Amino acid sequence: MTNQPPANTTADAAKGKPLLMARGLTKRFGGVVALNELDLDLNVGEILGLIGPNGSGKTTFFNVTTGIYAPNGGTIEFDGRDLTGFSPQQVYHAGIARTFQRSRLSLPLSIFDNIMIGNHMRLTQGLWFNLMNRRAFRQEYEKSFETARALVKIFDPPLADRLDEPVAGLPMIDRRRIEICRALISQPKLLLLDEPSAGMTHDETAQLMDDILHVRGETDGLTIVIVEHEMGVIERITNRCVVLNFGSKIAEGTFSEISEDTEVKQAYLGIE
Amino acid sequence: MQDELKPTGKPLWQALIGAVLTTVYLILLLKVEEQSEVIGLLAGGAVLLLLLTKTGHLGGIGNTLHSREGALNLLVILGTLAIVGFFYEDHFTLLLIATVMLYVLATLGLNLQFGFAGVLNFAGASFFGIGAYTAAVLGAHTAVPSLLIILVGGVMAALIGCVLLLPVLRTRGHYAAVVTIAFALLFKTFLEVNDILGGPQGLQVPSMKVFGWDFNNNVALGDSVELSFYFSYIIVILLVLIAAFVLVRRVERSWIGLNLDALRLDETAASCFGLNIVRWKVTAFLLGNFLIGIAGALYGMVGGFVAPTSFTFADSLILVSIILLGGIGNVWGLIVAAAIVVIVPEKLQAIQEYRFLLFGGLVMMMLLFRPEGLLPRSVRRYFPGGAER
Repeated sequence: MTNQPPANTTADAAKGKPLLMARGLTKRFGGVVALNELDLDLNVGEILGLIGPNGSGKTTFFNVTTGIYAPNGGTIEFDGRDLTGFSPQQVYHAGIARTFQRSRLSLPLSIFDNIMIGNHMRLTQGLWFNLMNRRAFRQEYEKSFETARALVKIFDPPLADRLDEPVAGLPMIDRRRIEICRALISQPKLLLLDEPSAGMTHDETAQLMDDILHVRGETDGLTIVIVEHEMGVIERITNRCVVLNFGSKIAEGTFSEISEDTEVKQAYLGIE
Repeated sequence: MQDELKPTGKPLWQALIGAVLTTVYLILLLKVEEQSEVIGLLAGGAVLLLLLTKTGHLGGIGNTLHSREGALNLLVILGTLAIVGFFYEDHFTLLLIATVMLYVLATLGLNLQFGFAGVLNFAGASFFGIGAYTAAVLGAHTAVPSLLIILVGGVMAALIGCVLLLPVLRTRGHYAAVVTIAFALLFKTFLEVNDILGGPQGLQVPSMKVFGWDFNNNVALGDSVELSFYFSYIIVILLVLIAAFVLVRRVERSWIGLNLDALRLDETAASCFGLNIVRWKVTAFLLGNFLIGIAGALYGMVGGFVAPTSFTFADSLILVSIILLGGIGNVWGLIVAAAIVVIVPEKLQAIQEYRFLLFGGLVMMMLLFRPEGLLPRSVRRYFPGGAER
């Protein structure tokens, strides 16, 4: 597998070119238009909030971006490359990592194992290396273990000493943390967070957002797109928001700007 | 094993006593012929196991051995040698033990596919048969050395298994299982109508010969002791089994094992982290069939005879039920389950006829009340004992 060096600040950033550009992105499921000619720019280093009522196309945007669904039309450019029609594997290697709306950790596996799933591109995958060269494997394992421990420590120091425990026994907030660690371990350029607050209490959500901001401080201005229903979260951590309704962008701006927008109010409250 | 009482680790000498008792018990079970004695032994063993579990002894010993894997490996090998040594001239019992070991070898392969990668394979006996028929044909018509034939048996099983790759990769879950069932049925019919492969009568398999030594001769030690010819076969099988066991263990304790688990548990999430689903499914499927084929080739040589009736869909089901019974993904569970599934019906004549019914019932009970199997798989440890923590 390719061992790309981490590149958080790219050459394009200096020129002010967006990290991700979607143009005319369209995804249809039968008669339902989940994404309708969506144009979206994402600047390097920003935290973008993606909001909108249920079924407005937020998660579909993530799924199309990460290659789970192929778009019916439009293009996605990421970091100067055309990502349109890439497989999930290629998108991951290009430097985009994500979390899922419903936590998709592998519950019987240990915390360490779950994080290592996200580290796939940095682990040597050859049969000979893994099965016969146990000494070299052990070195890689020990190095990876320290990396994982250091990453988890940023979120929750006590959890860093429990990496060999199965994920199944952890409370929701720890599972979310592990999921974010799994996405971050490969040092992506872009992190997609799909409703990180789902299934958590208000306090836990606040705590998780602290963690995310903290980690972002440590990772040299990682670019993040966050889908979220909790407006408090959006207001607190995003630089900019994009509002979707029926797969189209209906508003864009800072949180205070979009919360004054009449079309946004209509979309959420259904006012004629 | 973690019931009400949280078992604490027991000293190693208790594990040692446990191993000696288990060995003696197995020798007794293999020795007795009288049906009432067999039933008594089985019932007694079950009650004793239950008692030891309730008092936490079994769990404690399990924990001790879990953390001292070298000791466990050694005890199992020594125990096996002791049992084989005890029955050194008893053809029938040694053949039974060899069969258990070959079932363990085959289910190790199946475990790679089903237990790790989640690829259902209901044609295990077919790949076993491919190995056995390879041994028969190559042994009879070529001068290929026996040890090489065993390897070729594995390679043939893996190669012919490629026929199934496309449908297995394109379908998921139950649909993939149906494809393998179809293969199992086709395979048996193919053997029955194929005259070159002996048709329904099957073929003779030439004995194993290593460096000019024919394995079908008994081994004389001095003047008074003569070892059964199965004895030499068992030593070879044991060596192959140890190698396969180490291989499967290493697969489990590497990034490859992690990849297989990841794709079994959540293909979509695994794809989003760069995992090449096709590559790892193919790896598990081919490697698994390779091991099953090797087991089949050895089986052919030990039995001296292959016929289509030995490789039916029902036999495939037995292999799968060993995995379900032992604990999906746990390599130790396979040994326990294979021993139960092979030895019990052989000793207990009364249930011979009904064994499929009983296995079916047993598997259903397991899935209902203890779906993780007799010995559930534990969290992966890459370097047990020695890893820095």
